[in-house]
Amino acid sequence: MRPRSLVPIIYIVFLMLPIYWLVAMSFKTTNEILGGFSLFPQDFTLENYRAIFTDPTWYWGYINSIIYVTLNTVISLAAALPAAYAFSRYSFIGDKHLFFWLLTNRMAPAAVFALPFFQLYSSVGLFDTHLAVALAHCLFNIPLAVWILEGFMSSVPKELDETAYVDGYSFPRFFVTIFIPAIKAGVGVAAFFCFMFSWVELLLAKTLTAVEAKPIAATMTRTASSAGYELGLLAAAGVLTIIPGAIVIYFVRNYIAKGFALGRV
Amino acid sequence: MAEIVLERLSHSYFPNPSSTRDYALRNIELKWSDGGAYALLGPSGCGKSTLLNIISGLLNPTEGRVLFDKKDVTHLPPDKRNIAQVFQFPVIYDTMTVYDNLAFPLRNRGVDSQFIDQRVRAIASMLELDSRLSLRAANLAPDDKQKISMGRGLVRDDVNVIMFDEPLTVIDPELKWKLRSKLKELHQNISLTMIYVTHDQTEALTFADEVIVMQDGEIVQVGTPIELFERPLHTFVGHFIGSPGMNILPVEMTGNGVCFHGHPVALEGTATTKTGKFEIGIRPEFVKVCSSGIPAKVHKTADIGRHTVIEAQVGVSSVNVISSGPPPALGAHIHLEFIPEHTRLYADGWIASEGGSG
Amino acid sequence: MRTHNPRGWLFVLPVLVLVAFNALIPLMTVVNYSVQETFGNNQFFWAGLRWFEEILRSERFHAALGRQLLFTATILVIEIPLGVIIALSMPRHGIWVPVCLVLMALPLLIPWNVVGAMWNIFTLPKIGLLGYTLNSVLGIDYNMTQSPTAAWVTVITMDVWHWTSLVVLLAYAGLISIPPAYYQAAKIDGASNWSVFRYIQLPKMNRVLTIAVLLRFMDSFNIYTEPFVLTGGGPGNSTTLLSIDLVKVALGQFDLGPAAAMSLIYFAIALAVSWIFYALMTRDRQ
Repeated sequence: MRPRSLVPIIYIVFLMLPIYWLVAMSFKTTNEILGGFSLFPQDFTLENYRAIFTDPTWYWGYINSIIYVTLNTVISLAAALPAAYAFSRYSFIGDKHLFFWLLTNRMAPAAVFALPFFQLYSSVGLFDTHLAVALAHCLFNIPLAVWILEGFMSSVPKELDETAYVDGYSFPRFFVTIFIPAIKAGVGVAAFFCFMFSWVELLLAKTLTAVEAKPIAATMTRTASSAGYELGLLAAAGVLTIIPGAIVIYFVRNYIAKGFALGRV
Repeated sequence: MAEIVLERLSHSYFPNPSSTRDYALRNIELKWSDGGAYALLGPSGCGKSTLLNIISGLLNPTEGRVLFDKKDVTHLPPDKRNIAQVFQFPVIYDTMTVYDNLAFPLRNRGVDSQFIDQRVRAIASMLELDSRLSLRAANLAPDDKQKISMGRGLVRDDVNVIMFDEPLTVIDPELKWKLRSKLKELHQNISLTMIYVTHDQTEALTFADEVIVMQDGEIVQVGTPIELFERPLHTFVGHFIGSPGMNILPVEMTGNGVCFHGHPVALEGTATTKTGKFEIGIRPEFVKVCSSGIPAKVHKTADIGRHTVIEAQVGVSSVNVISSGPPPALGAHIHLEFIPEHTRLYADGWIASEGGSG
Repeated sequence: MRTHNPRGWLFVLPVLVLVAFNALIPLMTVVNYSVQETFGNNQFFWAGLRWFEEILRSERFHAALGRQLLFTATILVIEIPLGVIIALSMPRHGIWVPVCLVLMALPLLIPWNVVGAMWNIFTLPKIGLLGYTLNSVLGIDYNMTQSPTAAWVTVITMDVWHWTSLVVLLAYAGLISIPPAYYQAAKIDGASNWSVFRYIQLPKMNRVLTIAVLLRFMDSFNIYTEPFVLTGGGPGNSTTLLSIDLVKVALGQFDLGPAAAMSLIYFAIALAVSWIFYALMTRDRQ
């Protein structure tokens, strides 16, 4: 083994340690956790996981999160695809400014918008719905999706469009049956990043929900604060939030590296 | 500068090659003398780039040796071999100026800066880059970038050989011609050994003193451009070189000669073998349209400037003819005559007639 | 290249509507609050630019901004070079590539509060793996609920843990897009490893590193959830970054006017610095 490969190995070990600790904690009983330090669970238990899967306020948290993340991914892509096409193919008055303005929204601190969002979504009657969170996350996901997709689309030669028109395709048919398949890697990457940022965001999701659409992450903070030291339960819930992400990464592993590389700066 | 000898070179990209199919190169034996201009010609995937990378030291051959001036360099890294290579796509250091790009190989070798300056300016003027020395290399056109790639090889005075791996691929057609003649001129001025890899016969034939034709990892023929054109040793060479390529026509062996669709054909000399699959090869340039001879029907004609290419049908075979007269009408019945001194016999693809006077 | 076509506006309309709904209306609300004063019960009074003046002069804001800038600068200085080094030493092909990528991307997909909670559990002095190791095995006095230094180091380490992979992925994407001919030419030119890095790899990574710096700048400037869950901004105010301070003002004290003015100042700084980065790093592109 070359010494150079030590660098990624050490880095990955560093990444895995806190995750290992979370997993180890999730299999410990509260007594063992509070009793002192142990590297491996001595009194191996699935009780924490059982508690989550039998309590609707817990498992509905997961379902809620998955619903709004999926909704957000669909909305973001549906809106971003035509927009990215316009930015990559057409020039129109104000296009450059519009593109930069979109990107500035990526810079907006979520904390700045938390309160106005609460008022806005309450006033249109969307408070505590999945749609509210899905729409709110569009604020930072749409600019990102447009940015990534525009990069992929610009690498597709314009001749593809022209050939399709010569062959008598209408625009919508060309877009859906030819163009989108041609950039499917880009769509995958954009979907991945939309999923990712919607899945990991908590501040807005928590602000916009109360009971019906409460995300899993918010359920966890409640546990952490109110029920005191239920660390095992908290750890188990944390482990379960890592799993969907891990599955998604596995599917896009060959594309993640390319994702941003093709974006336009 | 050096003489280059390749001894029984074979290379496989697989760790444990078993059949001959696994080899990208098989049994290459070559000897190149100092200061020559050579071309490696063959279709994509014939192994010519592999061979080039073995000579430059970017690849270690599975078997065989590479000798520079009788010194074994087979396992030396590229920077110890004193070679230069120009790649298909111009490789330039984007952040440096043209001057720094040209000086880079010398600076890496710790050469005195006064000498560097002198060399860089000399090479730049040879390549007509002297007015652009202070520009950033990234902003130049592809042909100028490719000149910089060449220049980085030329500045070094210790270079044994410069190798070109399809260097004109990304150059505009009208500039290709200019750059090619620049190369030829450079070779005449500094008489460095140059090896030029290409799949374009025009590039190979105009550049090289000697052309090595390769197919499927093997050398098919080594010869001057004239030799390759006049007397291909293999039907592949005949077909690959020339535009259109040599007519390769199936014939039958009879008692005292060969017959093409029942018509006896005179060869350049006697056959050297009596067995195998026989074909004759004749260049379209050496087929004549006559009032008598082998009857044929005109299938297609194409005007290529001063000449006409006639595609004529004889039985199931089609024969290309380059004629200088007015093109015959489509479907017309004509007669063809093969000039005997230029009619070669091939058995199983390899030449099988004794070279006569031709 | 691109044809002039007013139809472009039609195509960007859905994006425009969605983002405008999310960005402009709340921004208007914020602007509206920022120039008013409220004593609760929905009564508002015109306050002009008073809040802006007050915040720009307030010690507390300066302190939070200072901590924020220090935090962002520290993580950029650590994460960018570290990410590049890791990307450089990663394998370019073979079965280990997907393994590395998947494991490295994992922290990016963990909900931010879980990241905070995970590090909290990890660093508990008596029962956390790191806390226990430092205190009981190595004998270093480590307790981030008491020591501001320990809290800072932990917040920075957590951010390095959380986000360095993004830089690695981007730098790696830049590296694998370099054609092999560049490395071959450099070998033939006798370039040292350092020259290869300086004149080939770094220039070719320039674009993705611009993206990395921009993204890391924006996201670290907006960071809220992870440090809030980990330290709650403490001990004292030692890890109270801008967003945490903002939420404290807005929700904790319900001072909407100052909070809104602070939001706008904050947003303006984020925009300005991003723009400077963007302009600097793309300056010699053309």
